[in-house]
Amino acid sequence: MEILMCIIAGLLFAAAVYLMLSKSLLRIIIGTGLLSHGTHLMLLTMGGLKTGAVPVLGEHASTYTDPIPQALILTAIVISFGVTAVFLVIAYRAYQEIGTDNMEQMRGMETDD
Amino acid sequence: MINLPILPILIPLVSAVLLLFLSKRVYAQRVVSVAASFATVIAAAVVLMKVKTDGIQTVDMGSWPAPFGITLVSDMLSILLVLTSSVITLCVVIYSFRSIGSGREAFYYYPIVQFLLVGVNGSFTTGDIFNLFVFFEIMLMSSYVLIVIGGTKAQLQESIKYILINVISSAIFVIAVGFLYSVTGSLNMAHISARLTDIGGEPIVTVLALLFLIVFGLKGGIFPLYFWLPGSYAAPPAPVLALFGALLTKVGVYAILRTYTLFFYHDQPFTHDILSLLALLTMIAGSVGALAYKDVKQILIYNIVIAVGVLLFGIAIMTEESIAGTLFYFIHDMIIKAALFMLGGIMVWITGTSKMDKMGGLIRQYPALGWTFLTASFALAGIPPLSGFIGKLLIVRAGFESGEYVGAIVVLLSSLAVLYSVVTLFMEVFWKKPKLPQLHAKKQTSSLFLPAAALVVLSVLYGVGTEAVYPYVMQAVEALIHPEIYIDAVLKE
Amino acid sequence: MKTNDVIFQTVAKVVFFMIIFFAVHLFFAGHYYPGGGFVGGLLTSGAIVLLLLAFDIKTVRHGFPLDFKWLIGLGLLFSVGTAAGSLLFNVPFFTHAYNYFQLPLFGKTSLHTAMLFDLGVYLVVIGVTMTIIQTIGESE
Repeated sequence: MEILMCIIAGLLFAAAVYLMLSKSLLRIIIGTGLLSHGTHLMLLTMGGLKTGAVPVLGEHASTYTDPIPQALILTAIVISFGVTAVFLVIAYRAYQEIGTDNMEQMRGMETDD
Repeated sequence: MINLPILPILIPLVSAVLLLFLSKRVYAQRVVSVAASFATVIAAAVVLMKVKTDGIQTVDMGSWPAPFGITLVSDMLSILLVLTSSVITLCVVIYSFRSIGSGREAFYYYPIVQFLLVGVNGSFTTGDIFNLFVFFEIMLMSSYVLIVIGGTKAQLQESIKYILINVISSAIFVIAVGFLYSVTGSLNMAHISARLTDIGGEPIVTVLALLFLIVFGLKGGIFPLYFWLPGSYAAPPAPVLALFGALLTKVGVYAILRTYTLFFYHDQPFTHDILSLLALLTMIAGSVGALAYKDVKQILIYNIVIAVGVLLFGIAIMTEESIAGTLFYFIHDMIIKAALFMLGGIMVWITGTSKMDKMGGLIRQYPALGWTFLTASFALAGIPPLSGFIGKLLIVRAGFESGEYVGAIVVLLSSLAVLYSVVTLFMEVFWKKPKLPQLHAKKQTSSLFLPAAALVVLSVLYGVGTEAVYPYVMQAVEALIHPEIYIDAVLKE
Repeated sequence: MKTNDVIFQTVAKVVFFMIIFFAVHLFFAGHYYPGGGFVGGLLTSGAIVLLLLAFDIKTVRHGFPLDFKWLIGLGLLFSVGTAAGSLLFNVPFFTHAYNYFQLPLFGKTSLHTAMLFDLGVYLVVIGVTMTIIQTIGESE
């Protein structure tokens, strides 16, 4: 199971890298989304996918899953949600101001103070 | 009060929330910002005194005992950096009144600066590796807004690259934390350190060391990973640039310092050699940039890269003397970088251009600005008795003692490059003939100049009063060289 | 071309309240069961977005005459306030208090200060999501 998860995470990374290397801004943002999905899957796998019940409240549970990776992923998901949202807003503003979503053309702007 | 170490994080956080409500009242925002920044400085100073007398302070958040919950740890290193960051933020906030522009002031500039301080102080203070990631993200989110605030074309264009780089580095950070968790089964930094000592120099630990180096290197701007830095830092206005230059890259370097002294000191021949090689290349690359550009902002930005190289070299040698030198240089560089960027911002503001060959002759109308800038430049290059001297001296001496002759010589040469680049800047901008005809009317600069001058004075005092700072720095070095002190203080064994 | 969205608008009016109630349910389920402020907040903003789709920004602004950025501040105030409350009792930061109470109607209920923190999260999530969607949607 772990190996399968690792392969899936790897596939997600591959897709993310492909998308992030493209010129279109929107594809790049989708790529960062896939990248964080792959990361979260990786994190879950790293904590161990052993059989077991949910992390429970109580002292007599015989089997339970490690809750820490889940807590970490929850935090990481919230953070990547926020970052993606900010990224989208800024990308949209950039598209309006600069008039292109092509990264090739998005350069050489003079800084002005 | 047992919550003392949290105050330098909590005060900016609460004030940031209050400032959100005051977004339309610029004057009230200024008052609250200055008051909050001042209170943060006071709180940090109080914690510093407490750490000095009672040793390392910890807070177990939510009353969960140490290896299980999130622990905030104020050791001497953390609190010294927290105090420096708070002082710099206070000066930058005052500097912003005139320079940031009313559009940005009304658009949540002040709350975001406070959020940035939350992230920076939190990163310095936290004792939990995942919590470090969270505080990094708070800091980065604020920096995303600060880099784009105002929304000029250049800012938008650069911010996209900046965000993309940081999203990727955050992803690698989470992966590295995942690996570290699967290897050690813990997130508490002290606990991880203890577990890694049991594991010893396994290859996987070295892989982890390199993963963390990539993550923090991207943030700190070390050799192959600094490519985003000159472009992104040149886009935002001067006060934001001062904050970024003084604080953001230093948080990355702090994280390298912390992880490489606490976690990854078992395979030093490999990890620290790579670190030292990268440090040299960073210094060389930074020097080339600083000498090549004819632009005030770019020259100062490449000086950030050089300073990161010097700091990394100090970390790589890993002797008591070199770490002490690193700490001296660390604090000096934060203060002086903020001051230089603020002074550079005034120069750009007066002349309306950042191209050095279009300026000239400013010394006639702005003598105080010129001489302050020259003092700051000398301090940056490390001329005695100014503040950069003692740090570089210790690093170079430690380098020669441990046989790293090439590195020590490169540090000395890079100082020369720094001196040459900033003195050229001084000559071109302040000496020479005035080239801009509209300069006859003298602009009123005192409200911009005073906070910058305050930082320069602080830096001079820091250089002259090295003797007074010495015991504090040595206490920090003690805990870095002997991780057991840190571990025992956190786990309370 | 004027689209005929009578069915959508009518359904949206009903479904909006169903989503809101489910969001509230999820919010209170949090802590011991799956749910909590983040999911609840996302679902609530999802409901508001449904109204945005069915009607337009003006109508929704009329229905919710508040600045969503203000909601972010309020939510943060709740969360930070709950955490900072521990300063008053001189216990470590973020320490929560909880107990079981015999309430009328509900019977034995667990009341927890973590709920106040979660309320802050709930408000922040609504505030952030709606601010972003409005920022992008407004200019069209």
